[in-house]
Amino acid sequence: MRRGGRLATAGAAPGLLFAAPALAAIALFFFVPVAAAIALSGTDFDIYAVASRANLRSVGLGNYYRLAGDPLFRTAVRNTLYFVVVAAPLSIAASLGAALLLSASLTRWKPAFRAALFLPVVTTLVAVAVVWRYAFHPRIGLLNALLAPLGIGPIDWLGEPRFAMPAIVIMTVWKNFGFNMVILIAGLQSIPERLYEAARVDGARARARLLHVTLPMLRPTLVFVTVMTLIGDLQLFAEPYVMTQGGPAHATLSVVLLMYLEGFRWWNMGYAAAIAFALFLAMLVPSLVVRAMGARGEVA
Amino acid sequence: MRAGVAAAGAAAPRVRALRRRLAIALVHAALVAATILTLLPLLWMVSASLMPAGEASMVPPRWLPSAPTLEHYRALFARLDLARAFANSLGIAVATTVVSVTLNGLAGYAFARFRFPGRDRIFAILLLALVIPGQLGMLPLFLMLRGLGLVNTYLGVVVPGLASIFGIFLVRQYALGIPQSLLDAARVDGAGELRIFWSVVVPLCRPVLVTLALFTFMGTWNDFLWPLVVLSDSRLQTLPVALANLLGEHVQDTELMMAGAVLTVLPVVVVFLALQRSYIEGIASGSVKQ
Repeated sequence: MRRGGRLATAGAAPGLLFAAPALAAIALFFFVPVAAAIALSGTDFDIYAVASRANLRSVGLGNYYRLAGDPLFRTAVRNTLYFVVVAAPLSIAASLGAALLLSASLTRWKPAFRAALFLPVVTTLVAVAVVWRYAFHPRIGLLNALLAPLGIGPIDWLGEPRFAMPAIVIMTVWKNFGFNMVILIAGLQSIPERLYEAARVDGARARARLLHVTLPMLRPTLVFVTVMTLIGDLQLFAEPYVMTQGGPAHATLSVVLLMYLEGFRWWNMGYAAAIAFALFLAMLVPSLVVRAMGARGEVA
Repeated sequence: MRAGVAAAGAAAPRVRALRRRLAIALVHAALVAATILTLLPLLWMVSASLMPAGEASMVPPRWLPSAPTLEHYRALFARLDLARAFANSLGIAVATTVVSVTLNGLAGYAFARFRFPGRDRIFAILLLALVIPGQLGMLPLFLMLRGLGLVNTYLGVVVPGLASIFGIFLVRQYALGIPQSLLDAARVDGAGELRIFWSVVVPLCRPVLVTLALFTFMGTWNDFLWPLVVLSDSRLQTLPVALANLLGEHVQDTELMMAGAVLTVLPVVVVFLALQRSYIEGIASGSVKQ
């Protein structure tokens, strides 16, 4: 009996002890800084404040008013939205195409194809951005060499404002499509085989089965993948940092790159914190839209 | 007309077999084309890193080195001290992985199998906080570490990765499935809680801990923004940051830069190829189940 009593109460102390180190680390190095970021965005923290806190003043919502009228921030927002709107659908389409090919019943050597197509996902973004920088070179680059026989180019991918963002889109789709591909393959595998059999009995051809069985059943997975991709793409940073430094003519200046420049190059940390907070709000939008659609029963 | 229909009916199995062969050919042609396009930049990276100086900048581009050489790798190690950046990256990634798998493992197990005051509320807050991007806290964290004298230290760079909400969540979901009878049996045998964790829970949770270790190691190795911000001292820099800096001085040395890129990518690619099942299944299950 006494043993039983000890078993029942054994939980509290070790449970808290086991969770405490991780919770302390997360509280100290995540929650405290995040709370401080909101406070920081209400100050004029700049290089003088880095030298001495005596130079720190509260500006209320001043940084946010400044954001609204800052042409550089507006450019960064426009570039980031352009990137998200073009890159996300392209990469999801590529992921879906690859996932369908890899899930087809007649496909052989699936693990080998899957590993090869997934490989760019695990590579170091900075390293492959360096490689692509050379691949986009107008004279010696691989891409122009491949496009020349098609009668295209030579294009100065990273040197011309209207091609710089498309170049970053190409690289990002190449780097990321494998991730969603793997999630979509898992989604495809969870579709019950009997639905396909029923469709076949009803005389549905391959295309009809794709449109009326596969895609509707895959919808929750597609919604999830879309939200994650939008959130990830909004954080565009290392690609322009390595390939274009935000140029030419600010054509690839992203929101996170502007936050980095304002905060860590120019030490306008109060202003940079306001940019970070604006980014956070933008990243909430995809999940909120999906939740609202879910509430209206549009998402399974 | 009717004869034609009859003939088509008789030939149907052959037509179907032919169409199936055609479909197989098309599917595999598409997959081979996608694979070539996917691997081409990586293969060119390796090939160019082995070319004599200047050969990777020729017009039209060369695909294979005329006389393969390791001189650029030698230059990276001997002249440019990338060996140090490699060691920095390795040390930081291994330390972060060991600490964070231990802390997340303990916490994930605690959230799954113990009752303690505030448990469910804390867990709900953690789940909500999953949507907060790391960049938001980055500026104050930098100022905090600066105040503590931890900027330009190894400790400063690992601090944000010591524990992760995602890691706790991953372990908790798995630990929920441990049979209670095994834990009770160990307790009846008089084992202490830490011993139960180490000799019962860890072996049972091995798959999820391996997956978490893989994600953490690769994520830390590949990370760029935080090491860039915290480690400005060139002797402490990680490989991706050192590579980005190298580009500033050696942009003309295509072959050298490709050797640097190979060096940066190689460890994660090797780890991935060795443990790809854990990695890919981790991604597939972690997201779809939820």
